[in-house]
Amino acid sequence: MAKYELKLGPATREGFGRALVALGRENDQVVVLDADLSKSTFTHLFAKEFPERFIECGIAEANMVAIGAGLAASGKIAFVASFSAFIMNKGFEQLRVTAAYPNVPLKVVGTHSGISIGEDGPSQMSIEDLALATALPGFVVMAPADDSSMFEIVKAMAYHPAPCFIRAGRSKASHIYNDGDKFPVGGSKTLVEGHDLTIMAYGLMVAESIRAAESLAEEGISARVIDMYSIKPLDDEAVHKAVAETGAIVVAEEHLVDGGLGVKIAQTVASATPCIMEFVGVQNRYAESGTPESILDKYGLLSRDIINAAKRVLTRKK
Amino acid sequence: MTSVETPSFTELEAIAKRVRRDIIEMITAAKSGHPGGSLSAVELLVGLYFDQMKHDPQNPKWADRDRFILGKGHAAPVLYSVMAECGYVPKDQLNTLRQMGSIYQGHPDVRFIPALEASTGSLGEGLSVGLGMAIAAKMNGSPSRVYVMLGDGEIQEGQIWESAMFGAFHKVDNIVAIVDYNKIQLDGWVKDIMEVEPLGDKWRAFGWHTITIDGHNPSEVRGAYIEAAHTKGKPTAIIAHTIKGKGVSFMENNPKFHGTAPSADECQKALAELA
Repeated sequence: MAKYELKLGPATREGFGRALVALGRENDQVVVLDADLSKSTFTHLFAKEFPERFIECGIAEANMVAIGAGLAASGKIAFVASFSAFIMNKGFEQLRVTAAYPNVPLKVVGTHSGISIGEDGPSQMSIEDLALATALPGFVVMAPADDSSMFEIVKAMAYHPAPCFIRAGRSKASHIYNDGDKFPVGGSKTLVEGHDLTIMAYGLMVAESIRAAESLAEEGISARVIDMYSIKPLDDEAVHKAVAETGAIVVAEEHLVDGGLGVKIAQTVASATPCIMEFVGVQNRYAESGTPESILDKYGLLSRDIINAAKRVLTRKK
Repeated sequence: MTSVETPSFTELEAIAKRVRRDIIEMITAAKSGHPGGSLSAVELLVGLYFDQMKHDPQNPKWADRDRFILGKGHAAPVLYSVMAECGYVPKDQLNTLRQMGSIYQGHPDVRFIPALEASTGSLGEGLSVGLGMAIAAKMNGSPSRVYVMLGDGEIQEGQIWESAMFGAFHKVDNIVAIVDYNKIQLDGWVKDIMEVEPLGDKWRAFGWHTITIDGHNPSEVRGAYIEAAHTKGKPTAIIAHTIKGKGVSFMENNPKFHGTAPSADECQKALAELA
């Protein structure tokens, strides 16, 4: 079994900011819009180097999304960024009518996703964003696990012809990938091989899943771990293979279980060969303030919770 | 359309009359649609497409074209008719409005008419999209100007005022917001639903150069567009006082014809008035 050190590295939002600067240097058509959160979203790095291509929109996310769509419709590579909770919820109608419906290739990045933002509490926590983003016809939805995968995905999505949503987090992310690794749309990364069950995850839960697989291995359970960074389109092939070769799936996500990756995988599974599944995620409730660690613990998003789900799914498999 | 010839007001009035007839016939054929707010906007659109905007129906994606966005997308018939008069879209299919497969969708849809600048219909969003296009033009060093038509009911949407604040703060002087102030929205008179007055004061307070005109007077319409083009350092709002249902006596100032199609009889009466 491959060993991962899982050392804490930069947050995915930092990979986003780094990618914007790289894009800005290689292409003068890249423009970035923010709604008074540039120091938090890391768009400030782009703003500092390319002030003439950075557009401050003030605290008005709906307006920002539609302005970004106007820029994208005029041929600019336009990124709009804010906290995921704000850009997806306040900007959803604009994403629908000015980007998705006319198929305008706007690039939408939501940072501070999930509940791991910690102390700021539920008004700032985005646990519905993937349900919303994947509901938009034609949107590509990506949820990178670490700084390097974010860096590569943002750079690649800049030139993708579809509108897209990329989900970033606030807290430091465990190092898994290296700059230069490739993350095709509709792909996935099998990080740990296994045959008893498959754990599918994205974002911070990928590292937790690797930890869970390592613990399970010590108990003689062979768990495959796949990073499903491409939420939409989904890597159906990897799902079908997991069903055929392991016969059990645990989905782990920092999002409501309703409308998240688990639901999408279940849909893929059910339309081919049914398979026993368990769902680790936020269960029909909002979280609260606290340290990121204490919140992930209380709301059941640690490797311990994935291990328990793996054991449940194996019991049902027998 | 790229020519510098200035059409006479008589010519513009003749086009306006044909457009009004199209609107009546299209909506009657469709048996649904929004005649009132289409008829109120006729002179404002004719003045743009036949007098003030630089555009080329033979080259609809010309990078330096002026752009028009119909924020109040439910007035699609007036836009379709004017674009057909220009030669962007076929005139002989206008009466397929709202039918399955028609390029003349219920609200403007870029998937069916690529020469449209934006798909609209959900109110309040067109001005923001237009600002994005106006900024893109400035970044590109293009002389392109952007015109966005807003309904007086539409400006009850909060996003309009987000974009108003943005346009003035960023000194987007190549955009013009045209308020088709026909005083009536779906449920009745604007003043009874959600008063928008003092309208000029609102736009001025948000930092826009504001011009108030009679939106059915071709001379005032032309003057306002020219004044807007000469206004530097701030965006311009044109508050165009209009009459809902203008040109058809029984539709004028009648809230019923915000969103009701004329019957066959009413259509004949209307066309007789527009002969």
